[in-house]
Amino acid sequence: MISLAGRDILHSWSKFVLTGIGLGLLIGVTLTMAGVYRGMVDDAKALLNNSGADIWVVQQETQGPYAESSSLRDDVYRALLAQPGVSRAANVTYLTMQVRLGNADVRAMVVGFEPGQPGEPGYLVAGRQITRSHYEAVADVKTGFQLGDTIRIRRHDYRVVGLTRRMVSSGGDPMVFIPLKDAQEAQFLKDNDAILNERARTTANPTLNRPGVPGLLDAILASQNANHNVNAVLLQIAPGTEPEHVASGIRRWKHLQAFTRTQMEEILVSKLIATSAKQIGMFLVILAIVSAAIVAFIIYTMTLGKIREIAVLKLIGTRNRTIAGMILQQAMGLGLIGFMVGKTAATVWAPFFPKFVLLEPGDAVRGFIVVMVICALASTLAIRVALRVDPATAIGG
Amino acid sequence: MKSFGIHIEGLRKRYGEGDTAVDALKDVNMTVAPGEVVGLIGPSGSGKSTLLKCLGAVIEPTAGRMTLGDEVIFEDGWKIPDLRALRRDRIGFVFQAPYLIPFLDVTDNVALLPMLAGKANGEARKRANELLEALDVGHRAKANPSQLSGGEQQRVAIARALANQPPVILADEPTAPLDSERALSVVRILNEMAQQFRTAIIVVTHDEKIIPTFKRIYHIRDGKTYEERGLGAA
Repeated sequence: MISLAGRDILHSWSKFVLTGIGLGLLIGVTLTMAGVYRGMVDDAKALLNNSGADIWVVQQETQGPYAESSSLRDDVYRALLAQPGVSRAANVTYLTMQVRLGNADVRAMVVGFEPGQPGEPGYLVAGRQITRSHYEAVADVKTGFQLGDTIRIRRHDYRVVGLTRRMVSSGGDPMVFIPLKDAQEAQFLKDNDAILNERARTTANPTLNRPGVPGLLDAILASQNANHNVNAVLLQIAPGTEPEHVASGIRRWKHLQAFTRTQMEEILVSKLIATSAKQIGMFLVILAIVSAAIVAFIIYTMTLGKIREIAVLKLIGTRNRTIAGMILQQAMGLGLIGFMVGKTAATVWAPFFPKFVLLEPGDAVRGFIVVMVICALASTLAIRVALRVDPATAIGG
Repeated sequence: MKSFGIHIEGLRKRYGEGDTAVDALKDVNMTVAPGEVVGLIGPSGSGKSTLLKCLGAVIEPTAGRMTLGDEVIFEDGWKIPDLRALRRDRIGFVFQAPYLIPFLDVTDNVALLPMLAGKANGEARKRANELLEALDVGHRAKANPSQLSGGEQQRVAIARALANQPPVILADEPTAPLDSERALSVVRILNEMAQQFRTAIIVVTHDEKIIPTFKRIYHIRDGKTYEERGLGAA
């Protein structure tokens, strides 16, 4: 038996191809939306992996440093190093801000780290790691910075000495790594006017500026201007040590919050990007409905244009299932063309997105199945119309 | 080869019930022998289309008897359980417009019926090509219907009607869209095919050009048939 659907598609191939391209672009957008979500999850995992930490220690009752703000004294790491099972500990700061290059601002997450310690960029694609104590930076390639560029963070200039990649915040902002002391200053140091104002306030306070207590005011002023805070301490644990065991000890005895990698991944994926995931999920649902409506409308219109032929086919003895199969196959064919166009389009345009778009083969397979199911469901309206066609309409009168 | 005719006795068709009932066919009697072509003529609303639909097994008569060859197919209800197969295998249709399937080439338009009947593709196409040659459109076998002239399309439609060697063909104003020359050509072909395949052919027509060609004519008026000897040699 010849394929009626195949012949019809070949006969009006230009209509099918053009419709398929239109549908394909819609499917491409759908696949890209799924890719954006996957990219966010992958970015979150890359952020954790590249930090090199096994445990994140943050301020008590916070879920920092990525999901909430957290502030710790920068000498806490010493006590943490003394904990059983901890092999390395390092302070880090995270601050999302505008980094200026020339006249342009780039939104970036500025990371303060100690070279050679957990928290430094895992690998470089160009240049070198930071070797000087101040005013050098390593930037993610997504910032658009080049080696040798001079960027401005707060009141200081930094020279870009290295480039890394896949180092972005959970919000998708590329990271700029600078020495910890510089980052602490950038994050916590007030501007000069505010310092002068604060000094005047402190000096005018008789409780803090007592006559007969030499050195008190100077000590207080020095304390106010010092930057001894960090956002988190990253820990690496000794081989064979159970991370949760170490983390629970820190929570119990150090009055700090400690998250293992699993827990931090849960915070990033399930909490931090949960709203974005729901947003994308809504888009996917809407796009699926729109795709189904388009396929249904096209197949329905094409079927209406063949009512007389369908009546003739039924009159000459074509089975209902053959006619239904023809319409179903056409809908599936349209879906197949659409999916191929969509997958190709998504693959071509994904690298041009500002955020990482991860097109997973599994998603493509799931997308293909969903497209086929949608097309099959969308064809039911047209099949219903076709099956109701009275063969008698082929005979005049 | 099967060699049946069609015989109809007291066929009635009523639409609706009670006060709103309409008797479209009141008393239709008709016999068409194998190899014979008869004309069916009547004014609009006389019941021609209803009769064709009854004969084509797409609507059920209210009463009467229809015999195809020596088999009763209707008498107080259909006697054939699978009307779709009846239409496919034992009744050929030629319509006012050819209604060829636009996405199939000429050969496959004709071969579709044998394929639907379960014939292998090769066998069905061989049969189709034989018919197309017989109808003098063999040279257009690979063309699309839209590439054919009106006369060629109608000949392909006749080939399709003959594809399963049905004992009866119902032709619904097959010459309506054609000029005189082509209309007479179609009638000539129908006559030849009726003779060659021993098929009983009923031609519904208004076409004054072809009415004289029928040997026998059935007039239908107010749902009743009246037989008349024609002038033709068919």
